[in-house]
Amino acid sequence: MSTQQHNGQAAPAQPAAAHMPAPAGTVPPAGAGAGQQPGQGQPGQGHWPGGIAPYSSPIPMARTNLGHALVSEWTKIRTVRSTVWTLGVMFALVVGIGLLSAVGLSGDFTGMPLLSSGLFGLMLGQICVITLGVLVVTSEYGTGMIRTTLTACPQRGRVLLAKATVFFLLAFVMTTLACALTALINSALLSDQTLPSYERGSELADSFEGGKLVASGSEWLGATVGAGLYVALLGLLSLAVGALLRHSAGAITTMMGVVLLPLLMAMFMAGKALQDVRDFLIEYSPLNGLASLYRIPMTTDQDATGWPLLGGLAVVTLIVFAAAYALLNKRDV
Amino acid sequence: MIELRDLTKRYGDKTAVDGLSFTVRPGTVTGFLGPNGAGKSTTMRMVLGLDAPTRGDVRIEGKHYGELKEPLNSIGALLEAKGVHGGRSAYNHLLCMAQSNGIPERRVGEVLEMVGLHDVARKRPKGFSLGMGQRLGIASALLGDPRILMFDEPVNGLDPEGIHWIRTLMQHLAREGRTVFVSSHLMSEMAQTAEHLIVIGQGKLLADTSMSQFIAENSRTHVRVRTPEPQRLLDVLTTEGLRPAAGAQGALEVDGGDAARIGELAAAHRIVLHELSPQRASLEEAFMRLTAQSVEYHGHAPGGVQAPPEGAQVAPGAPQPPPEGPQAPPGGTQAPPGAPQAPPPGGQQAPPPGDPQGPPPEGPGWGEDWQRRRRR
Ligand SMILES: Nc1ncnc2c1ncn2[C@@H]1O[C@H](COP(=O)(O)OP(=O)(O)OP(=O)(O)O)[C@@H](O)[C@H]1O
Ligand SMILES: [Mg+2]
Repeated sequence: MSTQQHNGQAAPAQPAAAHMPAPAGTVPPAGAGAGQQPGQGQPGQGHWPGGIAPYSSPIPMARTNLGHALVSEWTKIRTVRSTVWTLGVMFALVVGIGLLSAVGLSGDFTGMPLLSSGLFGLMLGQICVITLGVLVVTSEYGTGMIRTTLTACPQRGRVLLAKATVFFLLAFVMTTLACALTALINSALLSDQTLPSYERGSELADSFEGGKLVASGSEWLGATVGAGLYVALLGLLSLAVGALLRHSAGAITTMMGVVLLPLLMAMFMAGKALQDVRDFLIEYSPLNGLASLYRIPMTTDQDATGWPLLGGLAVVTLIVFAAAYALLNKRDV
Repeated sequence: MIELRDLTKRYGDKTAVDGLSFTVRPGTVTGFLGPNGAGKSTTMRMVLGLDAPTRGDVRIEGKHYGELKEPLNSIGALLEAKGVHGGRSAYNHLLCMAQSNGIPERRVGEVLEMVGLHDVARKRPKGFSLGMGQRLGIASALLGDPRILMFDEPVNGLDPEGIHWIRTLMQHLAREGRTVFVSSHLMSEMAQTAEHLIVIGQGKLLADTSMSQFIAENSRTHVRVRTPEPQRLLDVLTTEGLRPAAGAQGALEVDGGDAARIGELAAAHRIVLHELSPQRASLEEAFMRLTAQSVEYHGHAPGGVQAPPEGAQVAPGAPQPPPEGPQAPPGGTQAPPGAPQAPPPGGQQAPPPGDPQGPPPEGPGWGEDWQRRRRR
């Protein structure tokens, strides 16, 4: 894309020999009508003042497409410190807390599925991904960079799509890597457990094979790719919210509310009358989706896998994205 | 070529740009003048498709901005507000712009060299000075080697050498057949750079004329004479076919008069003269007269001196008595150097007279010197 050969000319610094300055004789006589210069026809008819030909650049130009926008956005995201910081901290939180909890829990019977303790680190780590998702868009508004971006690529939908794609892939890969590493740590440190006699009939008993706690294929999938997808989607939702609000603090606060509020509100809803509301809030809380992927759902439905909630999150993200796209095309920048 | 047709922008009740129609043509530098809040920056944002017009239309080479296939090759712009992420190095900033338009990466180094930022290419613009930021903006405008260049107050924050450089650069770019559209508040600055002039006030078009014509019409010269016998002198001058008028503090002002001839006439008639001085209305004054009614944000000088002259909008060609003290426009204390001088006649690219610096550095030259000074 950006590899076309430059034909070796130092472009604008080279005076084109053919371009002579207009002879002094063409000075418009006083009293000529405003806006019309002598010796010049109607606009667009190819008559140029003083016989100067329109400039044409020696630099090879390509008709721009989504590929250009993707490369450009990749350069942008990897050349700011906030990316390194947020993803670095996310990685440290997920793997660090995963390691600490695995070390702390090892030796005893945990009473949880093998990979589930990875959730604790990721609950904090997702905040970093949310922050990065918001900043990908709002930092451009905050600095005025958005004007440069949209001048270079006036197709605003293309810019949004390129930003979303690049961010989503990066967030997904990084989160999945961190989660996979944590899952490996958990599996290495926590599989040596003995099932106590009082747990014989429980569901957890099915996860014991040959005296060791194991995780099924779908548990592995949920705790790595599933968790990675979920958090990357949450980041994508943040990016769309950022594009809607165009303000870093506002968008991050909104996303914190989306993630934490349902559960916090549910905690204060005691009493029978609110039972249904509370159950609803807990079930559809974003945190419950993540917990379900780790097989420790917060509801009584112990079979929840988290994938339906992940699908729901994808639908919500798509809707907010459509709104962001519509507004981006409508608003002045 | 940039064509505006009935371009209008309203922000709530405020009409920032009001039915502007004009064409910016290739091959010349077109100056875009107007007092604060006249709507220059708003117009430029609409040219770039950043703000949507309330009414009317603006086209670049016949197309709307959004239809341009390689925007940075069609038009490069330096906007008023810095469009740079402070945490991304100058090099990477230009790189991501280049990539978005498929411009070869080596062009990034070229433009950095051209504006003299190659030494700080890997530094973050957060720490740049005002002038360095402006240079980076100019580098972004030049990146796509565009056919049209649009600069919103490019001299902002530049040192005298930088101002000289950008002036020369703009003229050079126009000579190559490009369209150069540049906004400014300073008539004197424009007089040295632009060949064509567009003046707006409160969003409305006030003038669209060639610079030489504007100067011819607006730089009225007259001779001020002071004598203890004004009535006698008046008679003498009138019989000689001159048209003296009463000026400030008992002085006589002779339009288009020749100081030497007036002096000789006075001597021949043995009239004592206390003052005999040729006066020239500055272009700045002409500009202020033109925009007087549309200035929104007046400054008030201490002592109740009014900032803009009273004179209403002047019909071009109709000479008006300039406000007192033609050489010191009220509101602006210094008459900028070179203000009253005519620019080189249309199309001529010789450096304007009265330029402080020596021969103009060609293209990239300016940066080198700046770098040298910086290292000291
Ligand atoms: N986004 C906006 N929202 C509301 N009003 C605006 C907006 N942008 C510009 N204006 C108003 O439009 C008018 C024109 O502003 P603009 O910045 O175009 O003027 P200007 O000619 O560039 O002035 P200056 O010489 O000071 O740069 C101003 O009165 C300003 O208050
Ligand atoms: Mg402005």
